[in-house]
Amino acid sequence: MENLNLFIRSIFVDNMIFAYFLGMCSFIAVSKNVKTAFGLGIAVTFMLCITLPINYLLNTYVLQAGALAWLGPEFADVDLSFLSLIMFIAVIASMTQLVEMAVEKYSPALYSSLGIFLPLIAVNCAILGGSLFMQQRDFGSVWTAACAGAGWGLGWLLAISAIAAIRERLAVYSNIPRPLRGVGITFIITALMGIAFMSFLGIKI
Amino acid sequence: MAEKIKNRDAFFNPFSKNNPVVVQVLGICSVLAVTAKLEPAIVMGISVIAVLAFANVIISLLRNTIPTNIRIIVQLVVVAGLVVIVDQLLKAFAYDASKQLSVFIGLIITNCILMGRLEAFAMGNKPWPSFLDGVGNGIGYTIILVIVGFFRELLGSGTLLGYQVFPQSFYDAGYVNNGLMILPPMALIVVACIIWVQRSVNKDLQED
Repeated sequence: MENLNLFIRSIFVDNMIFAYFLGMCSFIAVSKNVKTAFGLGIAVTFMLCITLPINYLLNTYVLQAGALAWLGPEFADVDLSFLSLIMFIAVIASMTQLVEMAVEKYSPALYSSLGIFLPLIAVNCAILGGSLFMQQRDFGSVWTAACAGAGWGLGWLLAISAIAAIRERLAVYSNIPRPLRGVGITFIITALMGIAFMSFLGIKI
Repeated sequence: MAEKIKNRDAFFNPFSKNNPVVVQVLGICSVLAVTAKLEPAIVMGISVIAVLAFANVIISLLRNTIPTNIRIIVQLVVVAGLVVIVDQLLKAFAYDASKQLSVFIGLIITNCILMGRLEAFAMGNKPWPSFLDGVGNGIGYTIILVIVGFFRELLGSGTLLGYQVFPQSFYDAGYVNNGLMILPPMALIVVACIIWVQRSVNKDLQED
């Protein structure tokens, strides 16, 4: 129940795009049409689901203050948390590489639709941001971390699909002032959607 | 002489004509997240200038020895190392600011400005122009941060750097702080306004 609540909250209340504004660069750059936007969203969700639990385990059993106690009492006061940034980004970069190779080998169809986005994901702030929030919030178990990851990923997917759909319509039906076309209007739409998403604040299940 | 002009372009172009935020659309995430107040915006800007300048120099020195297919990992490691140093320095000397910035110092690693400049400039240029390019882009980024932070703090809390700007008599006469400015969506709208102004002036940047 706790996890379900966290999952729903991660999608709507703590939405990566509309509440924290993470992963904006690819959000703006890849949202010109729904199909590619959806592909990138799936890739991001997938990577968040994988990297968050791994980084959680890494954080709990290696990096935190006192986390190395399982090695023996003389390691009990080792604090490696200053290394967490490097470790997290290394995990993310290598997982991206691994997933890319695995997808290429076992599912060429998926690779051809998703492949170009995978390298982009290593530098997507939403992924690293997820891991850093996880570290800040002290999740209780690896399942909680996985639920939060899935929720954040789905929230991102939802956001980028919605904005891509709006942009597709805008390109056809609207007459925007010339200097605002493209990036400018996308910013304003995102802001309005962010304000709309604030109505989810305080939801509890 | 040509070399000189190129250096100057590398330094000054990112201020406006080729600004990393409003023209190249890189590094938006942190612009939105840290600009609710002016002070963290300035700290963030300085951190990015430092990391970007040194990362550019290091990658530029290494550019002929990095194998192409693992360059992203090499770049990430260099950047991550520098960011860890900045993070620790801030924790030691500016603890309040580092608390306010929370995860966003760590997120400098994935700030697209860094990867963008490393890929586009440092991989193909000598260390000195790369340094200038790094500082220039860092300053271009800071300019936007400061503009956005200025308006958001002024209109949202009526203060600048923590000092009260609007006198009490304004509030007595019925003036109210615009609470919406503190919320992150307004940062997007302020940036959109900057884009609007900038593209009205530089017509060649407009999109169809």
